[in-house]
Amino acid sequence: MNLESVRTIYVAEMARSLRTVLQSIVSPVISTSLYFVVFGAAIGTRISEVEGVSYGAFIVPGLIMLMLLTQSVSNASFGIFFPRFSGSIYEILSAPISYFEVVLGFVGAAATKSVILGLIVLGTASLFVPFSIAHPLVMLLFLVLTALTFSLLGFIIGIWADGFEKLQLVPLLVITPLTFLGGTFYSIDMLPPIWQAVTLANPVVYLVSGFRWSFYGMGDVSIWASLAMVALFLVAALAVVSWIFRNGYRLKP
Amino acid sequence: MSEHSVIRVESLSKTYDSGFQALKNVDLQIRRGEIFALLGPNGAGKTTLISVICGLVNASTGQVLVAGHDNVREYRRARSLIGLVPQELTSEAFSTVWDTVSFSRGLFGKPRDPAHIERVLRSLSLWDKRRNRLITLSGGMKRRVLIAKALAHEPEILFLDEPTAGVDVELRRDMWEVVRGLRERGVTIILTTHYIEEAEEMADRIGVIRAGELVLVEEKRELMRQLGRKELTLQLREPLERLPEALDGRRLTLSEDGQALIYTYETRRNGDDQTGIAELLADLDAAGIRFKDLHTRQSSLEEIFVSLVREEA
Repeated sequence: MNLESVRTIYVAEMARSLRTVLQSIVSPVISTSLYFVVFGAAIGTRISEVEGVSYGAFIVPGLIMLMLLTQSVSNASFGIFFPRFSGSIYEILSAPISYFEVVLGFVGAAATKSVILGLIVLGTASLFVPFSIAHPLVMLLFLVLTALTFSLLGFIIGIWADGFEKLQLVPLLVITPLTFLGGTFYSIDMLPPIWQAVTLANPVVYLVSGFRWSFYGMGDVSIWASLAMVALFLVAALAVVSWIFRNGYRLKP
Repeated sequence: MSEHSVIRVESLSKTYDSGFQALKNVDLQIRRGEIFALLGPNGAGKTTLISVICGLVNASTGQVLVAGHDNVREYRRARSLIGLVPQELTSEAFSTVWDTVSFSRGLFGKPRDPAHIERVLRSLSLWDKRRNRLITLSGGMKRRVLIAKALAHEPEILFLDEPTAGVDVELRRDMWEVVRGLRERGVTIILTTHYIEEAEEMADRIGVIRAGELVLVEEKRELMRQLGRKELTLQLREPLERLPEALDGRRLTLSEDGQALIYTYETRRNGDDQTGIAELLADLDAAGIRFKDLHTRQSSLEEIFVSLVREEA
């Protein structure tokens, strides 16, 4: 294991987001605040409680997940897309490092940023509504696993994309809708039965539900189903990444 | 296998997915400590060859040994010996010179060594620019940064892909100095270029690649001796209107103003007066043609190269 190389990539990637601290930290905080104002205050006055939790507190886990998913994907995809786009990827490909180490550096940094961001959003939320976390360790586990999984997904997108518009495509057309439809702002019990069944095909439901369980001890699906789903995603993402590197897909002609 | 060869390329072929065959069964040995120039027209396969050796492109068949290490199976050891300066000016636009060069060292797994980075930057006249962001640098300076990045991990072998393309004359001279300095320290240098002047100035050996085939590998001096034509120009005392019949059949031409006779001969026929100069002079004397001055000129590598590529195209 070439730890120095991994450290170098990791530090460089972290430094890159420090240079764009406004974009990477301030903007998510602002949008979270907006969600609280719009959803928490406006809708919260009409929906007082969901399953015994105040509506404002109810949407906290979903909001963190929303940020976590979109930021993981966009951070990680940009991190690997940019060197490909600028051509500086040549240096990484010619360095004496394994693919695993490359992924560790890039995805590790992206996931770290997402976790930090998740915690910042959590802190921001606590300024708006009181809430408690029933299972903090499970919460952290979900946070880390989700950040890691979706950073891997972002890494894959960053390698697949051959232009900036494709880079935006998946977060915009897939991740955001799935998150909004995944019970971020509501319990799926509120839906008609037919839509409840359809919603269960949305993988994000399991993430939001599991994450919410770690806060309030309740979710739309069982915590084990949620954990299994995260694990499944993680394995799938790892499989795709290792396929990419074995075949040199879009990296090595 | 020669113990001196630091890179061995064996039966290397590369066909891209598009079906384009960029390299055809290339065999090449690079000697330790030499400067090797790879010449060829655009699209001949120069960059593909370098890319396969450096691990940027997968070979279709064949293998590459770097100091005895297979560049696929033992990629860590092979790649750690190599520094690559790419053709395109690519860089992380927003980081500083110091950071990007230090990054390169770390990426290759070497422990931090600010003193070495400083040496590299100073040798490339980049020290004053170390805190500048790359985006603020001129093209020539960016080129130097790429060289600094390649040298950051103290490679034994340096690849320079078109190092002076689009670089002004002064910077080109500077870069040649840098390359010579590296060679003195024992670094093996492989450069591709289509500036023949560059190869002529720098290289110990020259390879010519054309349409994916290595058509020739030769010592530069030998190449110029073997393929070079020499030209003997005789400045006449009295101008001639036309060549005297006695001199027909020789490779003589009369200059337009009739003031000079030009005789071309091949140096490969050197020795034992195979150049025919002595006979020519005797014949001129017999024909009563006298000259006041003479000089000879050897064809440059550029002329050799152009004729070689044309001949086989």
